Amino acid sequence: MTTGDGRIELVDLCKRYGSGPLVVDHVNIDIAPGEFLTLLGPSGSGKTTTLNMIAGFTDITSGAIRLGGRDVAPLPPHRRDFGMVFQNYALFPHMTVAQNVAFPLRERKVPKPEIARRVEETLRLVDLAGMGGRRPHELSGGQQQRVALARAVVFSPSVLLLDEPLSALDRKLRQSLQQEIKRLHQELKLTFVFVTHDQDEAMSLSDRIAVFNAGRVERIGTPAELYRDPGTRFVAGFLGESNLFTGRLRPGGVYEWAGHKWAVRDADGVPAERDLVVRPERLRLAAAPADVPEDANSVQAKVTGLYFQGTHLRAELDYGDGTTGCAVLPPDSVTGIAAGSGVTAYWRPEHQVLVTPPADPHPNEENA
Amino acid sequence: MPASTQPVDAPPPAAAPAPQPGPRTAARRRRVAALLLLLPACVALFLFFVLPLLNIVVGSFTDPEPGLGNYVALFTDGYTLAVLGRTLLVALVVTLAGLLLGYPYAYMMTLAGPTTRAVMVTVVLVPFWTSMMARNFAWMVLIQDGGVLQKLFGLVGLDGVTLLGTTTGVALSMTQVLLPFMVLPLFSVMQQIDHRLLLAGQSLGASRLSAFRKVYLPLSLPGVVSGASLVFVLALGFYVTPALLGSPQHALIAQVISVRTRELLDFGGAGALGVLILIVTLIALAASRRLAGAGSAVAAHAVAAGGDR
Amino acid sequence: MKARLWLKIVAVLVGLFLTVPTLVVIPMSFSSSQTFQFPPSGWSLQWYENLFTSPAWSTAIRNSLQVALVTTVLATTLGTAAALGLNRLTPRVRGVATGFLLSPIIIPNILIALVIFSAFLRLSLNGTLIGIAIAHTALALPFVVIAVTARLQGMDAALQRAGSSLGAGPFSVFRKITLPLALPGVLSGAILAFVTSFDEVVLALFLQSPSTLTLPVQMFNSVTVQIDPTISAASSVMVLLVSVPILLAQVIGARRGKAGRQ
Repeated sequence: MTTGDGRIELVDLCKRYGSGPLVVDHVNIDIAPGEFLTLLGPSGSGKTTTLNMIAGFTDITSGAIRLGGRDVAPLPPHRRDFGMVFQNYALFPHMTVAQNVAFPLRERKVPKPEIARRVEETLRLVDLAGMGGRRPHELSGGQQQRVALARAVVFSPSVLLLDEPLSALDRKLRQSLQQEIKRLHQELKLTFVFVTHDQDEAMSLSDRIAVFNAGRVERIGTPAELYRDPGTRFVAGFLGESNLFTGRLRPGGVYEWAGHKWAVRDADGVPAERDLVVRPERLRLAAAPADVPEDANSVQAKVTGLYFQGTHLRAELDYGDGTTGCAVLPPDSVTGIAAGSGVTAYWRPEHQVLVTPPADPHPNEENA
Repeated sequence: MPASTQPVDAPPPAAAPAPQPGPRTAARRRRVAALLLLLPACVALFLFFVLPLLNIVVGSFTDPEPGLGNYVALFTDGYTLAVLGRTLLVALVVTLAGLLLGYPYAYMMTLAGPTTRAVMVTVVLVPFWTSMMARNFAWMVLIQDGGVLQKLFGLVGLDGVTLLGTTTGVALSMTQVLLPFMVLPLFSVMQQIDHRLLLAGQSLGASRLSAFRKVYLPLSLPGVVSGASLVFVLALGFYVTPALLGSPQHALIAQVISVRTRELLDFGGAGALGVLILIVTLIALAASRRLAGAGSAVAAHAVAAGGDR
Repeated sequence: MKARLWLKIVAVLVGLFLTVPTLVVIPMSFSSSQTFQFPPSGWSLQWYENLFTSPAWSTAIRNSLQVALVTTVLATTLGTAAALGLNRLTPRVRGVATGFLLSPIIIPNILIALVIFSAFLRLSLNGTLIGIAIAHTALALPFVVIAVTARLQGMDAALQRAGSSLGAGPFSVFRKITLPLALPGVLSGAILAFVTSFDEVVLALFLQSPSTLTLPVQMFNSVTVQIDPTISAASSVMVLLVSVPILLAQVIGARRGKAGRQ
C-alpha cells in the first residue's frame, strides 16, 4: 500500500497560483499514524488547498509531501491509495449504493465474491446494511454521507481525507454524523485528515488541530492545549470565545490596559507587544469592587445583556474603549447584577494567557 | 501518540525551493489531454470551414484582380444594391412580425398549465424539427395562383392578389418558418422571470399595464434581443424560401449568391456579397451581445439547437 | 395569474399560424391530380407509392440516410471529444476554443455553402456523398458540442476526483464515470446531428450532382425543375414522423413534472 503505515509529512509546503500570493505558505505538519488531525480555518485560509495537495488534485509549488515516508509528488491521485470524502458526497448517480462502495475494489481487481463480502461488511459498519440496492438520490443527506464514508474505507486505505464532509447537513444530523466519524476512527484506526471551518466540530473530533490563517499554520496542538494557550490573537478569537485586551506588558510583571494594571506571572523576557486573553468561563462578576478577591485581576465593565441558557448564564460585557467580551457563569450566581448595571469582572492571574498580535510572526511559548 | 504543542514559528525557510515536480503534474496532464481531445474537431473545422472561408474572403479582394473591384461592382451595377435593400427590408419585416407574434405566444407559454404548455411547446418544436422543405412547399401550395390564399382574399373583395413570386409572399412564409426561432429564445428567458415580481409591482401601486411595461418588459429584453438577432441573421441569408417562392426579378441576396457561385463561378463577386452578409451578421451579433449580455446571441442559437431543456 | 382573454386568443391564432399551413401537405399527399392543386379534386395513394418505389425518390432517401448516418458518427465523435476537452481547459482558453468550435452556427448557411462549394471544387469533392457528409459534419459539430457541454456542466466536478481518489486512472474515470453520465448529452447531440444533416437543403443543393441528390434536394427539384407531387407525400411523412414523438415526449414530460413537483 502506497500510503504505508499512515504517517503523513508535509514539509515546507507552498502553493502559489500564477504570480499571485502564496495561498499555502510554508506549511510543516507531521501527522502520526492513526492520528485524527483537523485542518481548521476560515474560508480561503489554505486548508482545503493543502488537503487537495495531499490528495494530488492540486500541484505543489514547492515543498514535499510524504505518505508513509515516501515522497508522493510524482504520483497521480489514483496511485496514492487514500480514501476521500467530499463535501457533497460525490456519489456516482448512475450506480447503486453497492456499486458505489464496490467501485474501488473493482478498480483494484479484487475477486467478485470478496467484493460482495467486503461491501456488505462495510455497509454494516456505517449502519446501512441492506441498502445496497438503492440509488443515491433515494437516500437522505446523512445516508449519502455514510455511503461516501463506506466507499472511502472499504479498500482499507491507511489514510482518510475528509473535505468538510458535514457542512451540507443540518445541525442535528451533523452531530450524529460527527459521532459516527469518531466511532469509525476509533474502530478502523486510520489516519484521518479532516478539513473544517467549524471550531466546535474540530474540538470535539480531533486528536490535534492545525489552525490555518492566510495560508500559514498559526498553531498546532491538542484541542485542550490550543484552548488554554492559543498563542496568537487569531487563534484565540477563532477557537472558542475570548475576552481580549490589547494593552502592553510592562517590566516587573505588570500588564497595562486602559489604565488598569494586572499581575502577570513568569513574564521574563516576553516582548511587550502582547494581548491578554481571559476565557469566558474563567470570569466572575462582582456587584461591588469590595467583593473582588485580593489576588485577582479585575476590570470595570457594564453588563449589556444577561441571557439564561439553561446550564449557564451568559453575560455580555462592555469594558469601554471599544472592547467587549462575555462571561459564562453558573446559573444561580448572579445576585445584584442585571442588564445595564455596572460590575467588576475579575479572574485569577493563572487563568489568563498572553497571545501575540498579528504583526509578530513568532508567538511566545510560555503560559502566563 | 501526538507530540505536545508544536511551536509553529519554523525558522525562515531557506532561499532555494524544493525541486520542481516532474512533468507529470496534474495541471500539465489535464492540458495535454484537453488538447488531444480538441485536436480532431478543430483540425476538421479548420480544414473544411475556416480555411475555405478565409480563402473566399481574401478572394473577394483578389479574384479576378487584386483590389476592391468586386465591392465597387456591387455598388455600381445598379442591381445588387436593390437586392441588398430588399433583403434588409424583408429581414426587418420578418423580425418585427415575428416579434409581434412570438412575444404574446411565448408569454402565454409561461402562464399555461403543464399540459397546455406541453402542447404549445410541441407546436413550436415540430416546425423546428420538420423538414424545412416540407414547410416551404406547404406555403407554395397556399400562395400559388388559384390557391387558397388568393381565394380568401377574393372573399373579402381583393381579387387577383398574387403572392407567389412576390417579396410579400416570401416575407409572409419566412415569418412563419422562422417564428420558432423567435419563440424559443424568448421563452427560455421568460421562463426565468418570476411572475411574483409583477404582483409586487402591482402591490406597490402600478397598474397591470404599467407593471408589465416597467417590470416584465425590461426583464424579457435579453430574450427579445436574442430572438430578434437570431431571426434577423437567419432571414438575411435565407435561401430556400426566396428560391422557391420568390422570383429572380425580386431576388434576395442568397439567390444572387447562388447564381454567382454555381452558374457563373464568380467566386470573387459572390465572395464580396458573402462578406457583406457576414459583416451585417457580425454587427447584429455584436449589438445583441451589447444589449442583452455576452453569450446571449450564441445562447439563442444554442436554444435553437437544443429546442428544449 | 390569469391571462386576459385577448392574450389567449392571440396565442391560439399564433399557434394555428405555426401549424395549419404545414398541415396542408397531408391532404395534398392524397391528391390524384398531377399538379399542386389545392384542395385536391380527387384522392389517390399514388404519391406514397411513388415515394417508395420510384428510383429517383428511393435513391434520394437512401442518399440522405447514408449522409446523415456518416455525419452523425463523425460529428458526434468529434464533438463529444471536443466537449470533453473543453471541460478541462481554463475558463479563458475555453471561451476562445468554444467560440471557434461554435463558429459555423453564426455564419449564414448561404455563405457556408459558397465557401465549401469553392473549396470542394478544388478538392474534387463536389458531387460526392462523402463531400456532403463532410460539409454537414462541420455544420452539425457545434450542436453536438453544445449538447454535450450542457450535460457536462451539470455534472458534479467532484465525481471525477472521487473516482480518482478511489483508484481509477484517467481512462477508467472516463469510461466508468464521465462517459455514462455524459451519455444523454451525447445522444441528444447525435439526434441533432442526424436531423441537421437529413433536413439540410442549401449545402446539399450546392454540392449536388445527378447521382448524389439528397431527399431535400429531390424535393426542391420536384418544385423548381420538374413538377412532381410526390413531394407532398414526402413532406407529410416527415411531418408525422416528427410530430408524434415530440408530442408524446412533451406530454409525458409534463405529466411526470406534475407528479414530481407542484
